Amino acid sequence: MLSYIVRRILYAIPILIGVNLITFALFFVVNTPDDMARMQLGIKYVTPEAIEKWKQDRGYDKPLLFNKEAQNLDQITNTIFFEKSMAMFVFDFGRADDGRDIGQEIKSRMMPSLAIALPVFVLGLIVYITFALIMVFFRATYIDFWGVVLCVALMSISSLFYIIGGQFLISKMWHLVPISGYESGLDAAKFLILPVIIGVISSAGASSRWYRTIFLEEMGKEYVRTARAKGLSEHIVLFKHVLRNALIPILTGAVVVIPLLFLGSLIVESFFGIPGLGSYTIDAINSQDFSVVRAMVFLGSMLYIIGLIFTDISYTLVDPRIRLA
Amino acid sequence: MRAMKKNVKTPWVLVLCVALLLGCSEASWNSPYQDQDSGKNILYNVFSERPKHLDPVQSYSSNEIQFTAQIYQPPLQYHYLKRPFTLIPATSVDMPTIQYFDHAGNQLPDNVPADEIAVSIYEITIKPGILYQPHPAFAMNEQGQWLYHHLNEQMLASIDKLFDFEHISTRELTAADYVYQIKRLAHPNVHSPIYGLMADYIFGLKEYADVLRTANAALPDGEGYLDLNKYPLEGAQVIDTYTYQVKIRGKYPQFMYWLAMPFFAPIPWEADVFYSQKGLIDKNVTLDWYPVGTGPYMLTENNPNLRMVLEKNPNFYGEFYPTEGMPGDAELGLLDNAGEPLPFIDKVIFTRERESIPRWNKFLQGYYDASGIGSDSFDQAVQLVGQGEATVTDDMAQQGIRLETAVAVSTYYVGFNMLDPVVGGTDGQSRESARKLRQAISIAVDYEEFISIFANGRGLPAQSPISPGIPGYRAGQEGMNPVVYDWVDNKLQRKPIAVAKALLAEAGYPDGIDQETGVPLVLYFDVTARGSEDRSKLDWMRKQFQKLNIQLVVRSTDYNRFQDKIRKGNAQIFEWGWHADYPDAENFLFLLHGPQRKVGNSSGNSANNAANYDSAEYNKLFEQMNNMEDSPERRQIIDEMVHILRHDAPWLWGYHPKDYSLYHAWFQNVKPNRISNNNIKYYKIDAALREQKRSEWNVPVLWPITAIIFAMGLCLIPAINTYRRRESSAGVSVAASKLQGNN
Repeated sequence: MLSYIVRRILYAIPILIGVNLITFALFFVVNTPDDMARMQLGIKYVTPEAIEKWKQDRGYDKPLLFNKEAQNLDQITNTIFFEKSMAMFVFDFGRADDGRDIGQEIKSRMMPSLAIALPVFVLGLIVYITFALIMVFFRATYIDFWGVVLCVALMSISSLFYIIGGQFLISKMWHLVPISGYESGLDAAKFLILPVIIGVISSAGASSRWYRTIFLEEMGKEYVRTARAKGLSEHIVLFKHVLRNALIPILTGAVVVIPLLFLGSLIVESFFGIPGLGSYTIDAINSQDFSVVRAMVFLGSMLYIIGLIFTDISYTLVDPRIRLA
Repeated sequence: MRAMKKNVKTPWVLVLCVALLLGCSEASWNSPYQDQDSGKNILYNVFSERPKHLDPVQSYSSNEIQFTAQIYQPPLQYHYLKRPFTLIPATSVDMPTIQYFDHAGNQLPDNVPADEIAVSIYEITIKPGILYQPHPAFAMNEQGQWLYHHLNEQMLASIDKLFDFEHISTRELTAADYVYQIKRLAHPNVHSPIYGLMADYIFGLKEYADVLRTANAALPDGEGYLDLNKYPLEGAQVIDTYTYQVKIRGKYPQFMYWLAMPFFAPIPWEADVFYSQKGLIDKNVTLDWYPVGTGPYMLTENNPNLRMVLEKNPNFYGEFYPTEGMPGDAELGLLDNAGEPLPFIDKVIFTRERESIPRWNKFLQGYYDASGIGSDSFDQAVQLVGQGEATVTDDMAQQGIRLETAVAVSTYYVGFNMLDPVVGGTDGQSRESARKLRQAISIAVDYEEFISIFANGRGLPAQSPISPGIPGYRAGQEGMNPVVYDWVDNKLQRKPIAVAKALLAEAGYPDGIDQETGVPLVLYFDVTARGSEDRSKLDWMRKQFQKLNIQLVVRSTDYNRFQDKIRKGNAQIFEWGWHADYPDAENFLFLLHGPQRKVGNSSGNSANNAANYDSAEYNKLFEQMNNMEDSPERRQIIDEMVHILRHDAPWLWGYHPKDYSLYHAWFQNVKPNRISNNNIKYYKIDAALREQKRSEWNVPVLWPITAIIFAMGLCLIPAINTYRRRESSAGVSVAASKLQGNN
């Protein structure tokens, strides 16, 4: 297994370089370093000298990908792409355009993101699987029918509606929790109740239906018929056999997102005033801060790759037939 | 059946327990603040955009200055109540004295013509005894050595933010601190937005930047502090402990206004040494993030993604609420605290709200003390009564909310690129034709309608670039633009469209058709990329041009491309805006000063004349007016300049926006304005009233929880029934099949 993991990590390097290159190309097709300088320096009284100085101080005065004027290896290394990208492989994310250390920012914002994402993930998984099992248990009855109708209805509504509706009803009309805000430690609880509830509900439709489909597929298999033939009760068939065998597709969807929980949610954090990494990314995109955008895309890609490796490892834990080599 | 009843009852008991438990708490459940802050003398404010810079030499945006203006004290400030805006001393003993000199160094009298003045020397004396806020940069040990100017790794290990330092101290403000800050305008490691402008005026600043760049490059590796005290600057000199001089090239009366901005606030060299340490920079502890000033407030929490907290500077004293204001101020209660020591509020909590909906709802719940009004909530908040006077709606009035309005010192305009052959002209004849075309469009585009539809009436149709409240602005009939309006029944009336059509025909486009080519006139309107809500504005603009049978093609792009087009003179018609830096007509009129045009400018500064308008007559008057103090003669020159502009119509003058803000009953001493930013020290809060109202407005409503749990319980009943039915039916079928098998 170790050799498999090492191999997967080595595969990740060219993927990350590729992601970096694409991010770099996309960003600089839209924004030139001059645009970035103007964005940072403001519109009033900005002189060409100030723009040049800004670029020079931040290393944006160099060629993008290839330095014709340099010699040998410097033609590649003495470029914006190389200088801004390579340090990230040792987790040196550099500084944002406002001069702040990006690594420090990520460290301080990870927890608020996680404070929402983790409960939504865990609670969501429990709720969705439970709901899906209930639908499957009562399959072909009116409970299953109305469960599916509810799922379709939940899927059809925009997540923004849940946020605005939730804030209106629970916070504005019923005065039960704060509309938005955040505190660290245990004080965070009252700010997290609403976003967590909304986070769970907004994905309930699609996820429950997905799990229901998985369970129904398992229900049609031979081992289920055998279990029933043995005289096992329906709930034992469902919870002991079907649920266990359905774990592989569940893990495929669930484990891969675990590392990404650190990155937070763009819309939820924005509406609920949570100072997490989602809002950090949005701010960076709005202010055309390439350093932060690049760092966040890199981090996202890396965490996704880690998630995929975790998923592979988790297969071996739930299915003894699988061996990683 | 008995078991089922038990299942249904359990949630009820739970709900009642939770309700009783939570009902015991006195604090509102939906309060976003900590319980220990309730009833305290705190102002709850909001910010939407994260500040980038809090170093006064760099910060310029309004979202930054709302913090820096409370922390830093430049030598001058604006009188809080007087209008038009009046400069008064802040840390200076008196207003600066100005001496003029000719090229030979001879002193000149004050009334000498500006072109004879080669040098102006501003001498400023500050009040003794002003102290900086407590800060670790000033901390010393018993031997008089700096505690934190040479931090080693061991000391840094326990430091994550500024407030982790154990020892703090202060020192007296000196004139040298002001000079130090002026030198920082040219510091190679900071980007002051006004460096380019000031380098044209402050003696030796441009050369000083070169000196500092060289010195900075020569610093040994790892040494981050560039000691500016070692390098004298000709344009800024310390005279004695409390007095300094600034030497200005020529005459520049507007320099007084700059002296009221944080760019010219003091920075102690100790802070610069302290914050230049690499270990602190790596932890984001920098002067750009943790200001150190002498103002009424100091920043005690800096988390720009969540909250910024200002607390009263314990070392601030000696400033008092103004004792005189404008007629009517006393009746509004604005002089109730006359002569009382400032500031009134102990703490200001700025919470970041990115979205308008939570911000607005929290204001209505009493968790923010003031709010702007978005277009979504305008009808809920404001109604027009009598002669179109805006007031709060009955619901708002019942909550004790009041409306304060102020015309912003801003203008939103549509510019014509004067280099464009169609709207600008190329030679004498075509320029005249283009002028008439511009005048015709000026009449056709109905800004009264625009303000009514798109700004909820919050704006004044502009008659010139100069906004109300600025010396040189004229109201009423004498301020009317006669090219576009007539004065009818004691009010402005836009000229009929027939006049515009006649002008269009004179321009060579009868009924919108080019009489030379017979082709319909097509014009191009450059705007920045917009969302769906702005589409209606662009449709409206097209319709205005259609009144003249002119086809308007909208070219939408992102802001960077848009700026690029303007810089290169590739736009034909464009929209833009300007917010004044200081209350002087020059700060509007320079936007049309020929040498400051975007294309081919010769000013050496960043150019702001986006229309590339260049009138020799106007330029001459501008240069004359620019160097004059406010006086009847100057206002007459401004009138002449405005007359030229109206005739040439390089802009559709657009409108001056009006700021509408709502304040709760407990928020007092508010006189809104958009020029002075250090106003928090004048505000007062009735914290007891706020607490009472918050409790009244935010009583938790519990029945929905009960109803939801009850509904869920109800749903369980048929599920359980179905389960039982299924279990029993399975048993029957199995038994039946067994029987059949036996048979």
